[in-house]
Amino acid sequence: MQQPTNRIQDLFQRKSGGILNIYFTAGHPDPKDFPATLSALEAAGVDFIEIGMPYSDPLADGPTIQESGAVALRKGTTLPWLFDQIKAIRAQIHTPLILMGYFNQVMQYGEARFFEKCQEAGVDGLILPDLPLLEYEKHYKDLVEHAGLAISFLITPQTPEERIRKIDELTRGFIYMVSDSSITGAKAGISDKQIAYFERINGMGLRNPRLIGFGISTREGYDTACRYAQGAIIGSAFIKALEQGGEVKQATSEFIGQIRP
Amino acid sequence: MTIAVDENGYYGEFGGAFIPEMLYPNVEELRKNYLKITQEPEFQQQFQHLLKDYVGRPTPLFLAERLSEQYGAQIYLKREDLCHTGAHKINNTIGQILLARRLGKTRIIAETGAGQHGVATATVCALMGMQCIVYMGSVDIERQAPNVARMRMLGAEVRPATSGSQTLKDATNEAIRDWINNPVDTHYIIGSVVGPHPYPDMVARFQSVISQEMKAQLLEKTGKENPHAVIACVGGGSNAAGAFYHYLNAPEVRLIAVEAAGEGVDTGRSAATSVLGTRGIIHGSRTLLMQTPDGQIVEPHSISAGLDYPGIGPLHAHLIQTGRAEAVAVTDEEALASAFHVARKEGIIPALETAHAFSALDKIRFERDEVLVICLSGRGDKDLAAYIRHLEAH
Repeated sequence: MQQPTNRIQDLFQRKSGGILNIYFTAGHPDPKDFPATLSALEAAGVDFIEIGMPYSDPLADGPTIQESGAVALRKGTTLPWLFDQIKAIRAQIHTPLILMGYFNQVMQYGEARFFEKCQEAGVDGLILPDLPLLEYEKHYKDLVEHAGLAISFLITPQTPEERIRKIDELTRGFIYMVSDSSITGAKAGISDKQIAYFERINGMGLRNPRLIGFGISTREGYDTACRYAQGAIIGSAFIKALEQGGEVKQATSEFIGQIRP
Repeated sequence: MTIAVDENGYYGEFGGAFIPEMLYPNVEELRKNYLKITQEPEFQQQFQHLLKDYVGRPTPLFLAERLSEQYGAQIYLKREDLCHTGAHKINNTIGQILLARRLGKTRIIAETGAGQHGVATATVCALMGMQCIVYMGSVDIERQAPNVARMRMLGAEVRPATSGSQTLKDATNEAIRDWINNPVDTHYIIGSVVGPHPYPDMVARFQSVISQEMKAQLLEKTGKENPHAVIACVGGGSNAAGAFYHYLNAPEVRLIAVEAAGEGVDTGRSAATSVLGTRGIIHGSRTLLMQTPDGQIVEPHSISAGLDYPGIGPLHAHLIQTGRAEAVAVTDEEALASAFHVARKEGIIPALETAHAFSALDKIRFERDEVLVICLSGRGDKDLAAYIRHLEAH
């Protein structure tokens, strides 16, 4: 069956490397900053914008993203609000948008309704780290693909080869390569062991592009990720930059300017 | 219909393993090995030996004559409070540490609420000479100081969980994050029948020694293996899982799951998950949990730190949803009253968690002279501060 076109897949058709995916948590530092943050990220030239759906119990996230989610929830951020915001601004934003969040929120919203709503609001991709592959394949794959969404699954240094092949088969868009065995925001610098892992994955001839995330916070990290994969995902470091206060547009352009001068 | 977990870790619609990929290799290693290893003769021999000579099993089944007379039933107490460390929790930690050692792990992590599971974990780590890190909410560290001291004396490091509400739920989140960061050398000893498959089934199997002994003891004392009802308190539900286990497929035995109503089911300060919970995912398991319509997990309330959990093990969600188990909700005040009542009727000071199970006697209907077994899951030493406050107030 012909897949509907998707902004993420389109971008990979045009651009094969140097991809920068920036994560921020919806509603943080304040819900009113949401449209400005999207505009600022687009103006700064990032390739993908990953929007975190704030969650009370984000198991895979370190303190920075946890706290950003707690702030957003305290300030009243909800999923229906988020969909409304995305829908309202989508016509002015051309960058592919990816929603990242934990599966319980999707369940409560109603899985089928959630995927339809993503399509309607103009979301291009999904990252749902605690949705098991088996569940996805059995219950949700058809719905997600029908809604034209590109879903990314994660791999880690411990993921066995056979499972990476399976993840490659089910992924649409890009594989999210977790840089190290860690939660988000945990480490600085990239070790030889990590390089060996990046090279091993590179040699597997996977059909999907890969973006490297977790622990990437600097220009150096971004450059390394671009050497061994199609690009990098940065989250916690950008959230910290937004927390410095000041104007969103300027904080964003300064931060992105450091990563990709 | 047989009640058992399926190969993907489901009890009916509840269970599974909703975990980030970073946890997959660890959980998969356990899933592949837990049945094989725990059935090996060498494992069984070590496990049985430690349960007998270290934990002090079998625990007695005691006919509580004065309570029986009061209620007009034959009320037996399964004395898990007499286990080493003061509660049933150690049945599971003994099993899991033997499994961890067999898998070559050298570092143990655990979460704890009231501190009973933390103490039981610190105890077996000392016994096996393994490094032990226990995550505990900052709020719980404050209110359970004696158990924090016990863990430290046993050589464990107690790390405060400072995120969220700083209680059991957050301690569990922190332990999971630790496991993500230490995927190779570490085993996570979960303390209840919660978490991703295979934990709920594995912990239930380790705790099933409770009902295994009950059957033999009842046969000897009453001439029948089966009682009319088994009553146990449920937070995550490990003592209840153990007490129900060998009766799950004996529908003539009523299973009574007693939840903490806190200040009352409808007060907004409660932990009665089967009433207030809806389907969702918590700590890697699809089950019933207390959450907002938006899917944010909410904080429960119970005077008992061990029942102060917004979820319930997937086995119990299944038992309650299918009607196999009956859920009873007991308030803080009722549980406190029962603790004093049992102390003065039978000379046993129960843990606050266990006191909830006794309150169920006032809430369920039974026929005269029926045989009821209450799982006396823990002793009340750790709750003395709460009991003293109650004494002073009344």
